[in-house]
Amino acid sequence: MNLTLKIWRQKNASDKGKMVDYKVNDISPDMSFLEMLDVLNEQLVYKGESPVAFDHDCREGICGMCSLYINGEAHGPDRGVTTCQLHMRMFKDGDTITIEPFRATAFPVIKDLVVDRTAFDRIQHAGGFVSVNTSGNTIDANAIPVNKHDADDAFSAATCIGCGACVASCKNSSAMLFVGAKVSQYALLPQGKIEATDRVLNMVKQMDEEGFGNCTNTGACEVECPKGISLENIARMNREYLAASLKG
Amino acid sequence: MALDSKIPDGPIADKWTNYKNNIDLVNPANKRNIDVIVVGTGLAGGSASATLAELGYNVKAFCFQDSPRRAHSIAAQGGINAAKNYQGDGDSTYRLFYDTVKGGDYRSREANVYRLAEVSANIIDQCVAQGVPFAREYGGLLDNRSFGGVLVSRTFYAAGQTGQQLLLGAYSAMNRQIGRGKIKMYNRHEMLDVVIVDGKARGIITRNLITGEIERHSAHAVVLGTGGYGNVFFLSTNAMGSNVTAAWKAHKRGSYFANPCYTQIHPTCIPVSGDHQSKLTLMSESLRNDGRIWVPKNIEDVKAIREGRLKPTEIAEENRDYYLERRYPAFGNLVPRDVASRAAKERCDAGYGVNATGEAVYLDFASAIERYGKEQATVRHLDVNDKALVKKLGQEVVKNKYGNLFQMYEKIVDQDPYNTPMMIYPAVHYTMGGLWVDYNLMTTVPGLYAIGEANFSDHGANRLGASALMQGLADGYFVLPYTIGDYLSDDIRTGPISTDSKEFEEAEKNVRDLLNRLLNNKGKHSVDYFHKKLGKIMWNKVGMARNVKGLTEAIQEIRELRAEFWKDVMVPGTNEEFNEELAKATRVADYLELGELFAKDALHREESCGGHFREDAVEESGEQKGEAKRDDENFAYVAAWEYKGEPSDAVLHKEQLEFKDIELKQRSYK
Repeated sequence: MNLTLKIWRQKNASDKGKMVDYKVNDISPDMSFLEMLDVLNEQLVYKGESPVAFDHDCREGICGMCSLYINGEAHGPDRGVTTCQLHMRMFKDGDTITIEPFRATAFPVIKDLVVDRTAFDRIQHAGGFVSVNTSGNTIDANAIPVNKHDADDAFSAATCIGCGACVASCKNSSAMLFVGAKVSQYALLPQGKIEATDRVLNMVKQMDEEGFGNCTNTGACEVECPKGISLENIARMNREYLAASLKG
Repeated sequence: MALDSKIPDGPIADKWTNYKNNIDLVNPANKRNIDVIVVGTGLAGGSASATLAELGYNVKAFCFQDSPRRAHSIAAQGGINAAKNYQGDGDSTYRLFYDTVKGGDYRSREANVYRLAEVSANIIDQCVAQGVPFAREYGGLLDNRSFGGVLVSRTFYAAGQTGQQLLLGAYSAMNRQIGRGKIKMYNRHEMLDVVIVDGKARGIITRNLITGEIERHSAHAVVLGTGGYGNVFFLSTNAMGSNVTAAWKAHKRGSYFANPCYTQIHPTCIPVSGDHQSKLTLMSESLRNDGRIWVPKNIEDVKAIREGRLKPTEIAEENRDYYLERRYPAFGNLVPRDVASRAAKERCDAGYGVNATGEAVYLDFASAIERYGKEQATVRHLDVNDKALVKKLGQEVVKNKYGNLFQMYEKIVDQDPYNTPMMIYPAVHYTMGGLWVDYNLMTTVPGLYAIGEANFSDHGANRLGASALMQGLADGYFVLPYTIGDYLSDDIRTGPISTDSKEFEEAEKNVRDLLNRLLNNKGKHSVDYFHKKLGKIMWNKVGMARNVKGLTEAIQEIRELRAEFWKDVMVPGTNEEFNEELAKATRVADYLELGELFAKDALHREESCGGHFREDAVEESGEQKGEAKRDDENFAYVAAWEYKGEPSDAVLHKEQLEFKDIELKQRSYK
């Protein structure tokens, strides 16, 4: 199929940036979206133009590096997938596709479609861990039984890939789904309970300092999340936060 | 230089304990004055960074991704082995050791593998304490499953995302230390050289991938946890950015490169669909627990399938060839990866491939769905003869076990694997070869360590499933933190290493010259053009089956391609910007050298072992007819190559492997 692409081009963080039109032809429906962009970039390289910068690595939907706001949706029109798993069969011959970076104050653009998501890392530094030494002298793994339902829920929360689609989809650029997922994973497990109070307070504090907005329960984040992280995690974080605040 | 593996004395079960009791330690006050650089933040690098920082060293960690959490360990699916014997099915440290040495086709170092098996159980304890959400049974205890090449259930898992959960565990341990200021994290940095001062590794040169800035970083020791080099094939299950550059630069500075030809071609990957393809996707080996592999028995059925006249579900049971169950009744669909891959190739080469390219076999879940469905119907007191109900119940069980993998398959192939068999074909997945290291995990350059997939030590010529995660975490959490202390105990009075020396100057100039040469080349072809060509040579002539003619040709072709690359490569833009083409060019330049050494190593090893299959080394008669033929008399050694300029000049050093605790036998899975 033949497509028109409208792509955000921005040389670096200080450049103003603009949308630029490109054409790509003979795109196979079996290609992934990023492979379609590879085709475009190969064309640009041969023309001596600067290829479009975009983040990507594993190309199997797990590393969380790829992003892209495609036709107004984080990771594009398909559900439950990242951009690297989005296939061109979701589009039609002759389509015009708009491609922008994830936009949020806390995610400044580095170049073109590449943004800086280190704010997410800094939130994790504030409390996204259990303070256990890595010496190996811990107790036997089966000495900590965990109710299967709790373990499954903790696992579901832990499958967050930290891509930032939730932030990009939220009109307030809130990171509550991302933070809620990590807080929930540990809140559901006995190993995480000991530091639960400090964890939620510190992570939320860092989240606010990074400039992420508040949650107004529109649920857009859950819809666009490629891993189906549930809104329940935000509710659980709010409960944890309230309890922690009362404890002081 | 003669290779000294520094294996401690004593019985194998006591070596590691004795070693730990006798090494020099660094006291906590002195650790504060010692810097360690760790390159790579996967399971090996991430766990090493966290542990070294926790011990008190000042760690500088580097990754090329935008966050340490993105390292490609995250994509590992199936599980992690540990000799816990929670299932009471006869597992033990010795058995894990034995299975790993046998699975590696007797080409790994016994002492290292035993230590790996010994610390394996600690890994699970450690990860659970960190809050890694492993799969559990209803009683609240940990669940296990079995993997290829073994007869026990010792694999711990978290759905099909075990690597993700373990990596996020290591990342969380890193985060704790980053928050405390003990790890300084450098994201989006690529290491482009190692700096050797007075014969010791004392730093690295990096390029900031956002600004292009060339930076000097010094330390008392340098650790590489930079993964494998499967992308030398262009198409592999590795991430796009996975590269050999850090390891190759170390090689060029004096670290020997061991067994480069040992590559794992994984049997269960989604087949190639076209020339546009940028990478291949693995379907976890855990699927072979429940999936049965087959092709049609009759060539007419194959034709009908390819022409779309027949569906696989319409082929009767008696007209299917479950070739693994037929050839290997003892292990069936759970033979090791190298054996399963070659068997798929054998059927496809014979014309039985089931897709348009002729390179695909079926992985079928129908019988597992029926079996689980009946089990569920029984448990819930429902009608076990209601076929639709049984199918529905069975599909639910399979979805719980492998849901994310099935979804991934459906998105890529556009077929529903719950109702029609998956199509799979082998693809390059893991490299057992890597930098040669001694028992301390130190390369032939003092103070330069290699851990995880970047070294060669534990998997011999073939890695068993669920062992890569085990090795990465064993090296990082439990082995390196001891062995590096023994080395650093000599450095307590050294003080900070200056970056203002002629050695740093020379290394920085070396990097700048490389980048300038690439940018000023202004040739006619893109970097990918060369990478794809290299990949084709590697796959066709240095792939699943190798012979003298093909390897000799490959060496010549790679050499020519390398010359063409340096004459004709075109890299747009400048150094002082985010420039992915430039980053790719530096990586492909190294692959073009490694590729030749790889083929040279494969040519010199005139035997078949593990993932290295030589068509001229095959059993000619008897029960094992057609199977790989190892030559222990002449090739039971590690081939460690010393850099001398061109790959053709590389000098071979042999580390003879001694098997004192395991009898060398033909590897039979019949």
